[in-house]
Amino acid sequence: MPLLRPATLLVSALVLALLAGCGSKSSSTTTGAVSASDCTPSKLQTKSAGKLTVATDKPAYPPYFEDNDPTNGRGFESAVAYAVANRLGFSKSDVDWTVEPFNSSYAPGPKSFDLDVNEISITPPRAEHVDFSAPYYTANQAIVAAKGSDAASASTLADLQSASLGVQIGTTSLDAVNSEIQPSSDPKVFNDSNDVVTALKEGQVDAVVVDLPTALYLTSAQVPDATIVGQFSAPGGDRWGALLAKGSPLTGCVSHAIDELRSSGELGRIEQRWMSQAAQAPVLH
Amino acid sequence: MTASEATVDRRAAREAAKRERARRGQAIAAISSVIVLGGLAALALTSPGWPDVRDTFFSWSAFKDAFPDVLSGFWLDVRLFLVVEIVVLVLGLVVALIRTSRGPALFPLRLLATVFVDLFRGIPTILLVYLVGFGVPALELSGLPTDPVVLGGIALSLSYGGYVAEVYRAGIASIHRSQRDAALAIGLTEGQALRHVILPQAVRRVGPPLLNDFIALQKDVALVSILGLQEGFRVAQIIAASTFNYTPMLAAALLYLCVTVPLARVVDRMGAGGRARV
Repeated sequence: MPLLRPATLLVSALVLALLAGCGSKSSSTTTGAVSASDCTPSKLQTKSAGKLTVATDKPAYPPYFEDNDPTNGRGFESAVAYAVANRLGFSKSDVDWTVEPFNSSYAPGPKSFDLDVNEISITPPRAEHVDFSAPYYTANQAIVAAKGSDAASASTLADLQSASLGVQIGTTSLDAVNSEIQPSSDPKVFNDSNDVVTALKEGQVDAVVVDLPTALYLTSAQVPDATIVGQFSAPGGDRWGALLAKGSPLTGCVSHAIDELRSSGELGRIEQRWMSQAAQAPVLH
Repeated sequence: MTASEATVDRRAAREAAKRERARRGQAIAAISSVIVLGGLAALALTSPGWPDVRDTFFSWSAFKDAFPDVLSGFWLDVRLFLVVEIVVLVLGLVVALIRTSRGPALFPLRLLATVFVDLFRGIPTILLVYLVGFGVPALELSGLPTDPVVLGGIALSLSYGGYVAEVYRAGIASIHRSQRDAALAIGLTEGQALRHVILPQAVRRVGPPLLNDFIALQKDVALVSILGLQEGFRVAQIIAASTFNYTPMLAAALLYLCVTVPLARVVDRMGAGGRARV
């Protein structure tokens, strides 16, 4: 006898279809305005009570983290995370760090963190699946090429159209390249920033496009033979926010803390301390 | 009642019983399918995370948006595995022939062939793609390829060449030595015996395991994505990362199935044909 007769298949399919129809619609939660009094360690529903669990990828690179150690409070995002925690009333020792690769940070299901700071750009399609805090940084894109190469002498974005370009997956850099440079060949899209750097070093690509602060570290430490050709802004601007689980009870408080950090000038001081060189690269059009 | 009437009656009764058994078998198959498949589906659909999973993995609109891009990326996979399959068929055969050769003068070649198989079959394919893709251009030797498509193809050819060489070797070893002796006895040279007697039988025998390796290869072409190439899986990953929706991955998975499942059926049929001949 064959495995399944058509009649058998039909009946099974009908039953399955009926079952599928029963799936319930997901309800969306909205986070309303919060007052500072709601945002205390005792009232916040964090993963472990009294602790704030913050995630980022590993390795964690300068200028966002220093020495691959998020717990030292040094580097832009480490400093931002501790400042947010401080605003919410968590002491430095109440902040737990965990590793969360970017590619799994938006997977459905329970998260292993309260908030994830990993240079993640806020976009409307992404916001359908996760919560974002208020933005804590707006990044420009930078073009990095080997010193003395054709790409390094580009003075307009159009000069780079025939170059072979490399970007990291999941970054806004790919959109920025496609819409602003419109290269004649497909940009190469690498797994992580390490492979982007290797590709530039080994001449697999003429130039790479990365977030401007990343470019500073890339040219100063990773590939000293490379130079920042210039910077340009991603379409619609590239604003980074902390990533939280969809409907997280913490989103309002984290956003509130970031807003306060900005208005008090503390966020500006942190940015000044860790990202100050970013302003010096020439702007390309 | 005559003897022949009794025979007809018994035959009719047997037929009826057989039909009844078949009908009952079908009914049981249908009920058990509904219970097992339906149970699994119900378990998934009533789980608390199902609405999230449905939106992030089974979104029809995300599927429609992503499919054309994933398909055009997948075209690179198809071209790549077609070329690599041909290279692997030739490379594997050459290595297998060297490994099964007998002349003492060929010893160094045999040694190299053994090292080739041990090395490239023993290294994870993803590592090999990495090493060839990023390592070869770093040598900065002129004349070496720097195109990641070519480098990725070379890495896959080396890895699968190792596997396929062993498949061929098993096939050659499975041909009884009397075949060779007989061929030599009727005046064929060693080479002619190999070409006209042993290889045709060996290759026919290893058809299914060869195709089995090709099924694996047709999925493993996705590994060249680590060299930055925008093939099917990478395109799906790009869209997933920019929208935080995994549905494009499902589109890519379907495309890989479109090339692997037909090949799997061919392997099944070859197996069935082999049994029928025996």
